[in-house]
Amino acid sequence: MAQSASKHRNLARRRIVGWLGVSVALACAAIGAICLLIILGYVIVQGAGAVNRDFLTQLPHPVGVPGGGVGNGILGTFIILGIATAMAVPIGLLTAIYLSLFGRGPIPEGLRFLSDVLSGVPSIAIGLFAYAVLVAPLKHFSAFSASFAFMMLMLPLLVRTSEQAIRSVPQTVREGALALGMSNFRATVRIVLPTAMPAIITALLLAIARVIGETAPLLFTAFGSQFWEMNPNKPMAVLALQVFTYAITPYANWQQQAWGGALLLIGAVFVLSLGARLMLRRAMRGLEA
Amino acid sequence: MTLPAVAATQLTGAGSSFDYPFFSKAFYVYNQKNPDITVNYQSIGSGGGIAQFTARNVDFGATDVPMNAGELARAPGTVLQIPVTLGGEAIAYNLPGVTTIHLTRQVLADIYLGKILKWNDPQIAKLNKGVNLPDMAIVVVHRSDGSGTSYIFTDFLSHVSGEWKSKVGTGKSVSWPAPSSVGAKGNEGVAGQVKSTPGAIGYIEMAYVVENNMTAATLQNKAGKWVGCIPETVAAAAASKPEVSPTNFSIVDSAAADAYPISGYSWVVVYKKPADRAKELYDVLSWLVGPQGQANAKSVDYVPLPRNVQDAAAATLKQMQR
Amino acid sequence: MQNAEPQFRRVARFVSPADRGFAAVVYAGSILFALLIVGLFVELVLGSWPSIVKFGPAFIFNSSWDPITSKFGALPMIFGTVMTSLIAIVLAAFIGIMAAVFLADFAPRWLGQPLSFLIELLAAVPSVVYGLWGLFVLAPFMRTTIGPALQHVLGWTPLFSGPIVGVGLLTAGIILALMIIPTVTAISRDVIAAIPRDLREASMALGSTKWETAIRVVLPAARVGIFGACVLALGRALGETIAVTMVIGNRPEISASLFAPSYTLASVIANEFTEATTSIYISALIELGLILFLVSIVVNALARLMIWSVRGSERV
Repeated sequence: MAQSASKHRNLARRRIVGWLGVSVALACAAIGAICLLIILGYVIVQGAGAVNRDFLTQLPHPVGVPGGGVGNGILGTFIILGIATAMAVPIGLLTAIYLSLFGRGPIPEGLRFLSDVLSGVPSIAIGLFAYAVLVAPLKHFSAFSASFAFMMLMLPLLVRTSEQAIRSVPQTVREGALALGMSNFRATVRIVLPTAMPAIITALLLAIARVIGETAPLLFTAFGSQFWEMNPNKPMAVLALQVFTYAITPYANWQQQAWGGALLLIGAVFVLSLGARLMLRRAMRGLEA
Repeated sequence: MTLPAVAATQLTGAGSSFDYPFFSKAFYVYNQKNPDITVNYQSIGSGGGIAQFTARNVDFGATDVPMNAGELARAPGTVLQIPVTLGGEAIAYNLPGVTTIHLTRQVLADIYLGKILKWNDPQIAKLNKGVNLPDMAIVVVHRSDGSGTSYIFTDFLSHVSGEWKSKVGTGKSVSWPAPSSVGAKGNEGVAGQVKSTPGAIGYIEMAYVVENNMTAATLQNKAGKWVGCIPETVAAAAASKPEVSPTNFSIVDSAAADAYPISGYSWVVVYKKPADRAKELYDVLSWLVGPQGQANAKSVDYVPLPRNVQDAAAATLKQMQR
Repeated sequence: MQNAEPQFRRVARFVSPADRGFAAVVYAGSILFALLIVGLFVELVLGSWPSIVKFGPAFIFNSSWDPITSKFGALPMIFGTVMTSLIAIVLAAFIGIMAAVFLADFAPRWLGQPLSFLIELLAAVPSVVYGLWGLFVLAPFMRTTIGPALQHVLGWTPLFSGPIVGVGLLTAGIILALMIIPTVTAISRDVIAAIPRDLREASMALGSTKWETAIRVVLPAARVGIFGACVLALGRALGETIAVTMVIGNRPEISASLFAPSYTLASVIANEFTEATTSIYISALIELGLILFLVSIVVNALARLMIWSVRGSERV
């Protein structure tokens, strides 16, 4: 009958629209994935040619002298990240412990609000802060000021995730410890924290992965260097900064080294993320036990 | 694994990207001869050099234009300014297939004023008969950072064009009038931008152009002769003004027969009484302006300082309290 | 992970000396944390005070940025920041939300999981690598392919007129879009997945196709959370510095064409801070940082409010 025929046509049309829609949606999801693969592809293809033993261990050569490497940038990255972690972890953990112990109330909520604020601050503004506090008054650039900036960038992620990790430790565990006569201090440090540790380490690895490619704050804190430097009170080379500096030069040799540095950075992020995922699995298993 | 050796004394300097290839080579050579002294020089632009030097964040600054009275007043100590190298600013361009191009000084000014917008404009065409100029927009590239190289270039443009002088002026950072012009960071950035953008034109220190096999325009100087940016023409410009001082330093648009119109000295600024390591600083800088240091200039396409300028620089340096 | 209720109010007595010491250390850490953040704000205000006093609100509306005459106006930078972020969010919202719809409701597991993973990896790529790729791959591609194509079709609008340099607003916007797509996708997908099945089943029971359900029923139900995701992504785009600096063209000028070079608040600070010689110059740059700081706080707060209202108190 006419009515059901037109209903059929209507349904057919709607179905076709549906198929088209899903195709568009699929395409959109694919665009994201494909773009990532394209970027990765370029970095690997362009950068692989640059990465060799010399690249990893040597100092940059002057303009016009071929060869050279980013050894000092790699060392600088380790040093700066190490100091940043050493500062961020105590502050972040202590704040997370406070928040987990005093969950509600104006002060804890205020701290969480501040943490959210900090997580949204652009890294360049944090670089300005580090400059104002540690470079301008001391009258010299330093790796330490860069670590300070990185610490600020890492804190919100650490605080938020550590708090969740500590709270996720089942109530029974803590109450068991308290029932055995432990003080809160011992209960937290000896029992709760170790249980939450895998999740906290996950958070730390992710925080490091986040800051390893940050360049903006480095521009006026670490300043850069062409030489080996291990004193955090001095300017220091950093891999992310070297990639940026080399990228805007016209020298093909340096441009290729920029790609090589990019490959190292992506590799580091990949390794850290993988490590974080493995840790997370351990954390979940630990909690289920 | 042995840890890398860290030098006993590390001096820091910052500033001009104009000098960077020269410094890069010279300080490398110096470090080979004197392994316990390293000079960490960061190319952040003349403005940056002066700012960091004034803030005492670095031991010395490098700038293509000497500090003016205002900047000297802001410095927390007496400042010595010495010329350290001589270079020319080539007008690099990117036009596939066009290996030489001739531009008068007026036409160049009009391009940067935004009055000439295309490469096949009649004013350019009549200077380049027989050259196939494409119908391409001219992409004007300039410096985005505070640049002594920009100072020298705008000084030249102000000499050549009254309109530029009144409308824009001379300075390390100006308001570039050409529409859709692109700013790049450092001489390196301008070179990179010109190299990768067909139709682009930019002012870059000679060494960068040679290093990267870029093409540069032949300019007509004040005497009417067509000159390219090569060490001889830059030296001729310098020779036309033997007495240089921080207050009288401009050698642009020289009337000498063979002079390249966009040439300039570059300077190092250092405190008469440095905070520390005065002796090492003095040693490095006096080596730099002396015959040994200047010998590195030619291999990286810079022009060695004329003898009398070297002597004047050495004399100024002796005032340093070390 | 479940959020356990804070269960220690009554038990949180610090009885022994060790407990009191512990309490002191915990308090100290938290106070230090708070001080750092408050200090950040205070330093930004202190540093920009001379500029605030000298230029007043005109700073935001003035369009000349002239270090020589010490006349500073932020309008071209605000324009650049807003335009690049707008381009980014328009692109990322469409792609991200569509992708989220696909991943939440249509993708079979063998396809959905790898796609999700790859999209999330976009967020892991360091900013400077995006800049590098943008400078060497996207900008030339824009100049040779995308730009001329767009100009061919849409060149009659002022948006797509003018010379195509390669670097500029559009290139920066596209790079930013890539950087924020994971945010939009991940949060939207979670929000969509959290919409109760009943709603979908009811819709299909009434005769809708799966697609119609997804678009006309589920999306509107999730719209607050999705909007929140977009606003959060916008917040991230506004503050992005290095990737944008490498492809924006560094020209403090307001122009109609998307192909034109431009400048953002973050880029001008990155480029010019180390060379700011006069204190008013430094102060003006810090004021730009303060503007950026305040804008990102507002945007982020807005976003989180919207996302919380849909996802409950679990934080983003």
